[in-house]
Amino acid sequence: MSNPKIRIRGLKKHFGPKKVLDGIDLDVEVGTGMVVIGGSGTGKSVLLKSILGLVTPDAGSIEIDGVDVLKAPAREARALRQQIGMLFQNGALFDSLPVWENVTFGLLAQKKLSRAKARDMAVEILAQVGLGADVAGLSPADLSGGMQKRVGLARAIAARPAIMFFDEPTTGLDPIMGAVIDELIVDCVKRLGSTSVAITHDMASAQRIADKAAMLFEGKITWTGPAGELLTTSDPVVDQFTHGRAHGPIQMALRK
Amino acid sequence: MKALDAVAWLGASVLALVEYIGELGIFAVSGVSHVFRPPWYPRQLGRAFLEIGYFSLPVVALTALFTGMVLALQSYTGFSRFGAESAIASVVVLSVTRELGPVLAGLMVSGRAGAAIAAELGTMRVTDQIDALSTLSTEPMKYLVAPRLLAATIALPLLVVLADILGVMGGYLVGVYKLGFSSGGYLNSTFTNLQTQDVVSGLIKAAVFGFIIALMGCFNGYRSRGGAQGVGAATTAAVVSASILILALDYVLTQVLFVK
Ligand SMILES: Nc1ncnc2c1ncn2[C@@H]1O[C@H](COP(=O)(O)OP(=O)(O)OP(=O)(O)O)[C@@H](O)[C@H]1O
Ligand SMILES: [Mg+2]
Repeated sequence: MSNPKIRIRGLKKHFGPKKVLDGIDLDVEVGTGMVVIGGSGTGKSVLLKSILGLVTPDAGSIEIDGVDVLKAPAREARALRQQIGMLFQNGALFDSLPVWENVTFGLLAQKKLSRAKARDMAVEILAQVGLGADVAGLSPADLSGGMQKRVGLARAIAARPAIMFFDEPTTGLDPIMGAVIDELIVDCVKRLGSTSVAITHDMASAQRIADKAAMLFEGKITWTGPAGELLTTSDPVVDQFTHGRAHGPIQMALRK
Repeated sequence: MKALDAVAWLGASVLALVEYIGELGIFAVSGVSHVFRPPWYPRQLGRAFLEIGYFSLPVVALTALFTGMVLALQSYTGFSRFGAESAIASVVVLSVTRELGPVLAGLMVSGRAGAAIAAELGTMRVTDQIDALSTLSTEPMKYLVAPRLLAATIALPLLVVLADILGVMGGYLVGVYKLGFSSGGYLNSTFTNLQTQDVVSGLIKAAVFGFIIALMGCFNGYRSRGGAQGVGAATTAAVVSASILILALDYVLTQVLFVK
């Protein structure tokens, strides 16, 4: 328990006058699944993007494997971050490339795969997310939102990353496909021994895919605990959020 | 109070301009440095070349043809007043190679390809595709920007060679079939006064304009924000800024290349 895969301390980020992250402390242990919950616009995506180096934080530290990527030399930070596979909230598929090139993009970029074999590989990975071979040749624009999400997931896991980030993996999917994707995430994480961080608004999904949960509220992590306690904890913020109550501390804060 | 506001506004504008130029400079240097460092993306380069060069062929060709034609007609009207009709062929070829070929091709390509580059990169930015590239072991400046800068810098001179030929041809058509010059006479006076330097300096201009078009398209697209509206604004900004820079640099380059 002493060596977390990701350790975040005092992370701050503001956009203009708006303080989005205001001192985040968070540990993600090796091989565990962490789920981050929180209201819309509280900075969950910004948190993941900060770890990925897509957003430059104002203050704080982000350690991956014990090395602070905000202070490490660029090359070392890049290598550490290369272990992360990311599913973006909106899929972020490359619409100039067919689905199969999207899925194998990272593998081709790292020269772990030749173009000749890429398409077969893509079909294999697509099958894991419940998509048929016929999808491989399509353009992302020709897919439904849920299919795009699954292609995004296939792309994120293609290189078998040691760390996986899922930004709302099941939003926009039907309940059955949502459960399938949850199972797939659990399976990937278990099979590859990966560490995962997921963002979700779906409590059932949170409990399926994560061991631990963290509540992001007003720029800070206000609660962490086992994912199984999300619905039973007495913490007023988590309680209001997970039960979707209209009245409580969250809506009081909005009024301020 | 009013005067102070004006001073504050002026100060803020100057600062914003300096910041803009600084960012553009850093972006340009970074983009160019990626052109020279591997890995290279030949597929991306080919695609950019098609998009900027090949698909601009019809627009540039038609523009040059009509410009050559109208130039012959206009100079005939003017020159016939003092009996200098024989200079028409020289006027057409020199105007086209030194000035109108590069500038008009630059403006047309900026409207076509510069806008398309800004729209594509802008959309990629606001839909997180540029972020996604960097999470997939790919440097976006190298993958998206460098190929476009290189392709445009090479494609524009090639387009201008075509523009030169068609511009002269337009002048020839009007000169021979409308104004009654003999075919041999027209061609003869076209080439006797033309020097290599006229063509070469036009092509140098074209290369600079090509670079500017791709740079402004990439820069504005790359830093666009705020959904469809942001992408629209980036596209407009790319075309307007590239067009103004082309006209301003045209003056500077003419000064440097021709005036001794
Ligand atoms: N590049 C940016 N520039 C300016 N503001 C930004 C930027 N990125 C995010 N923000 C702001 O930061 C806040 C947090 O955004 P973020 O996308 O992290 O929310 P979120 O918690 O993921 O919400 P959701 O659940 O709706 O996805 C928002 O108010 C957003 O407007
Ligand atoms: Mg989000």
